[in-house]
Amino acid sequence: MTAELPILSLTIWLPILGGMLVLGSGDKAPNVTKWLALAIAVATFLVSLPLYTGFQAGTAEMQFVERAAWIPAFDVNYHLGVDGISMPLILLTTFVTVLVIVAGWEVIEYKPAQYMAAFLFMEGAMVGVFSALDAILFYVFWEAMLIPMFLIIGIWGGPNRVYATIKFFLYTFLGSVFMLVALIYMYTQSGTFEILGFHELRLGMREQVLIFLAFLLAFAVKVPMWPVHTWLPDAHVEAPTGGSVVLAAIMLKIGGYGFLRLSLPITPDASNYLDLMIITMSLIAVVYIGFVALVQQDMKKLIAYSSISHMGFVTLGFFIAFIVMSRPEAQGGAALGIEGGMVQMVSHGFISAAMFLCVGVLYDRVHSRQIADYGGVVNTMPWFAAFMVFFAMANAGLPGTSGFVGEFMVILASFRADFWFAFLAATTLIIGAAYTLWMVKRVVFGEVTGGKVAELSDINGREAVVLGALAVAVLALGLWPQPLIEVMGASVDNLLRHIAVSKL
Amino acid sequence: MEQIYLTIVLAPLLGAVVAGLFRNQVGRAGAHWAAIGGVGVACALSFYVLKLHAIDGAPADNVSVYTWMVSDGLRFEIGFLVDRLTAMMMAVVTFVSLMVHIYTIGYMHEEEGYQRFFSYIALFTFSMLMLVMSNNFLQLFFGWEAVGLVSYLLIGFYFKRESAIFANLKAFLVNRVGDFGFILGIAAVAMYFNSLDYHEVFAKAPELADTRIRILGDTEWSLMTVIGVLLFIGAMGKSAQVPLHVWLPDSMEGPTPISALIHAATMVTAGIFMVARMSPLYELSEAALSFVLVIGATTAFFTGLIGIVQNDIKRVVAYSTLSQLGVMVTALGASAYAAGVFHLMTHAFFKALLFLAAGSVIMGMHHDQDIRNMGGIRRRMPITYWTSLLGSLALIGFPGFSGFFSKDVIIEAVRHATLPGAGYAYVLLVMGVFVTALYSFRMFFLVFHGEGPRDHHAAAHLHESPAVVTVPLILLAIPSVVIGYLTVGDMVFGDYFKGVLTVRPEHDVLAQIGRDFHGAGAFVLHGMSGLPFFLAMGGLAVAAYVYLYNPSIADWIKARFGVVYDVLDRKYGFDEFNQAVFAAGSRALGRALWQGGDRAVIDGVIVDGSAKAVGWLAGVVRHLQTGYLYHYAIAMILGLIAFLAWFVIH
Repeated sequence: MTAELPILSLTIWLPILGGMLVLGSGDKAPNVTKWLALAIAVATFLVSLPLYTGFQAGTAEMQFVERAAWIPAFDVNYHLGVDGISMPLILLTTFVTVLVIVAGWEVIEYKPAQYMAAFLFMEGAMVGVFSALDAILFYVFWEAMLIPMFLIIGIWGGPNRVYATIKFFLYTFLGSVFMLVALIYMYTQSGTFEILGFHELRLGMREQVLIFLAFLLAFAVKVPMWPVHTWLPDAHVEAPTGGSVVLAAIMLKIGGYGFLRLSLPITPDASNYLDLMIITMSLIAVVYIGFVALVQQDMKKLIAYSSISHMGFVTLGFFIAFIVMSRPEAQGGAALGIEGGMVQMVSHGFISAAMFLCVGVLYDRVHSRQIADYGGVVNTMPWFAAFMVFFAMANAGLPGTSGFVGEFMVILASFRADFWFAFLAATTLIIGAAYTLWMVKRVVFGEVTGGKVAELSDINGREAVVLGALAVAVLALGLWPQPLIEVMGASVDNLLRHIAVSKL
Repeated sequence: MEQIYLTIVLAPLLGAVVAGLFRNQVGRAGAHWAAIGGVGVACALSFYVLKLHAIDGAPADNVSVYTWMVSDGLRFEIGFLVDRLTAMMMAVVTFVSLMVHIYTIGYMHEEEGYQRFFSYIALFTFSMLMLVMSNNFLQLFFGWEAVGLVSYLLIGFYFKRESAIFANLKAFLVNRVGDFGFILGIAAVAMYFNSLDYHEVFAKAPELADTRIRILGDTEWSLMTVIGVLLFIGAMGKSAQVPLHVWLPDSMEGPTPISALIHAATMVTAGIFMVARMSPLYELSEAALSFVLVIGATTAFFTGLIGIVQNDIKRVVAYSTLSQLGVMVTALGASAYAAGVFHLMTHAFFKALLFLAAGSVIMGMHHDQDIRNMGGIRRRMPITYWTSLLGSLALIGFPGFSGFFSKDVIIEAVRHATLPGAGYAYVLLVMGVFVTALYSFRMFFLVFHGEGPRDHHAAAHLHESPAVVTVPLILLAIPSVVIGYLTVGDMVFGDYFKGVLTVRPEHDVLAQIGRDFHGAGAFVLHGMSGLPFFLAMGGLAVAAYVYLYNPSIADWIKARFGVVYDVLDRKYGFDEFNQAVFAAGSRALGRALWQGGDRAVIDGVIVDGSAKAVGWLAGVVRHLQTGYLYHYAIAMILGLIAFLAWFVIH
């Protein structure tokens, strides 16, 4: 199917070209720059909407496909397209970017043009990753998005930003180099860089395992999975609020997306063979990281660890599929797990963005992220407190919010794989509530502690719009997830049919 | 009908939204009218629905509102199942809620956060209705957690008070421990029944009655036992059964109206409702029923004992609630679901009454809650006094009062039960009757009789509460007295719950008792010759003797049995244990994993270690690049020799 307008290209290049414009407009008239950046972000969001409204839910075929030769000598193409797995993530990206631009409005005083431009560049690159159907194009976008993030943390970050950026860059770069090797190897085997072609490529077990491990390194770092997660808390702590939001809401999802787009369909037998390893890593993330989150003193670190724990549900949901499919008494459930993981990704995009924005609101006023520096915020910021408690409840997986949907689906699905998987996953009900609400108790409730809290002013209209938009999204997805599940159904079923067939 | 059900549910929600989000626009009066209006509409329509089902005999109604999602062929629906059990629950919930709403106008009128309070209690009513009206496990869990959320918000209503925000966190987390079991139970249902719809699950249950599953090793478990126990763990959290009962006494940090509504009459009975609703599943596992029976009886007796040594007026009533919840759970375990639900209903009225009356006393005492400082209040607060007396008599099961019927039926039912643990449960329940009468009237006499309040200033200002407070007391006192007499015949021994609650013939203890049932009047007469009656009178008499005529005995007993008193005063040490083991243990584990795992091993050894290794290697290799020409010349010559040697050897 070919769309009349190249919507995917527009969604990628509008922010990138717009970002250049913003960069060029400079810092002499910051207001013009900001409005320009906002206009571009909103336009990009609007341009991306037809991806949902025009989406054909019944088919697993790639849609909105664009294809042009790029480097014919190596059969590298500019090949774009989306299915039910990538489309929701693109909309998440364009939505969150608008909020990030608004959130940085008055806060960023140092080189605002470059700051805004970095986010627009990053938006284009991330949409590119989600829509690329050519391995080289995928890899180019994959690396390209790292650069703006590196700059955002390195320039607008906190005092220890150099350590954090280098750790971030080395971790993620280490992972992606192995992915590149795997992609090139598959090119030598198939003569094409088409990702969908790789899906059909027959590979032996040893090859599959090596390719799987190369992918795993790249994606596990991104997600991040235990034990390659330690860059994330450092990166979050040093990153400015906007950087944390994009990092948590979108960049982590690229790891999860990679598992679905590359690992599972290209190396189904290796995925099957090594699934217990991934499940173990996921469950360790859920439980171990939950306990680590409990004792954090820094709000951003706490939310960062909470992110790792929640992302454990994503990988758990994806990799229980093989065990579920091998148990006849499970009566299905593989699609439930994968769709649950997908919903968890989108939901975590909203909730983690909101949680980081909440911390940002406090940080902008008090310039501290330490829980101990707060207490009784509700007395001076009642509306903010209402938002914070709401998002905290969503983070703790309260039904009616999006945080519940994905966790519920993955717990139901993992029960079908093994009672103990569900048992360990369900401990998040207790631990997740404990670390989130304990933080809320110490920060939001209680008597006003210290002069800084006493002088706080409640959120302004700009902050209310950003948090309000996320609250609506969290509620809408929690009360009616069907519209999201519907679009991914056909693609997930197709993926499951594909991985059920051995390539050996 | 769907419109009516939707209106019942959404009217309180609308009230909550108006009172909460538009608090400044509508003001205090606007907020309470919005909330009361919403709940009033729900209450009126609920009584209409009750009439349709109880009197006109309308069949059970199962409607789907919308499809929440469909994933992997599993349908998740939002919908209503309205039958006689639901209709009864709806009427009780909305009636008590309406009384509490009206009462709140008087109780909270000086408080900040007036609108917020109304918003929360209206939201609670919405959540509770979603829970009881659900036709599937998903919505049940939604309501289950939503009432927990509102409970959390309301226990922490006075958010400046450290004890309040400690209590609400504790309540939420302990409930989450229960929900942990509950969600696994739902997952088991979803897996083996491949449906979350009550009707489909119940219809398929007999087919799966003999299914056995493996959880650990090769030991086989009955599927129904696993499901029953897991779901019941959820009920243990919500309905505060030992050992998950620890949150309920602390929940008294919330304002008194919500103690009445949430922590006595409605939310805490959700677990009882749930087990009764799941009777088609529980009937298939005697092991699960035994478990329920033993937990319930243990809760009923041992928490009642603590009530004797409490001095905070609300905490006495709270321990009484724990004990009565235990009685209801025991009934469920004995397969006397109808009796359990019947006690739920009578208890909702008289316990809400007792809490609201306690709140009226607290208002009179200017928020002093210590019963040792009270006394002689009966003269100044006559309406509160008389309604409290009626409530207390109902609670101890005085013949003819509503609590008499429900409690006597349960004790008889447990006596007839044959499950393992039934004997234990029977003994504890019977002893519990004495304990209940003792603590109830200890409090009653200390508060209302004897010499006036210790503090003369307080005594001078003591006066009856306003009509918005006393009218709800009176309206609750009426059913506390008569509802048992009017309904016991139909609800427990008649066919009110026919087709709604499932009981296998061999478990049907109520049918056995029912053979000797010849009307409520005869039941009262018969009850007056039974052991529980004498125990209740004995408890009352002991309380009267000790606290009215000879207070020195209480001190003597306290001194003589110091160890027992200590154990009860420390509530058997559950709180200390949880703090020391679970709370401190989790923090210690978290620190160990963070400092040991993340920092020392992963970052210290692997990440920074590899960075250091690269640095070290670079440092070594750097020595090769000395910059001296003769070093390079020697290296070239050595290299040349090595190459030549290699060529020669080959």
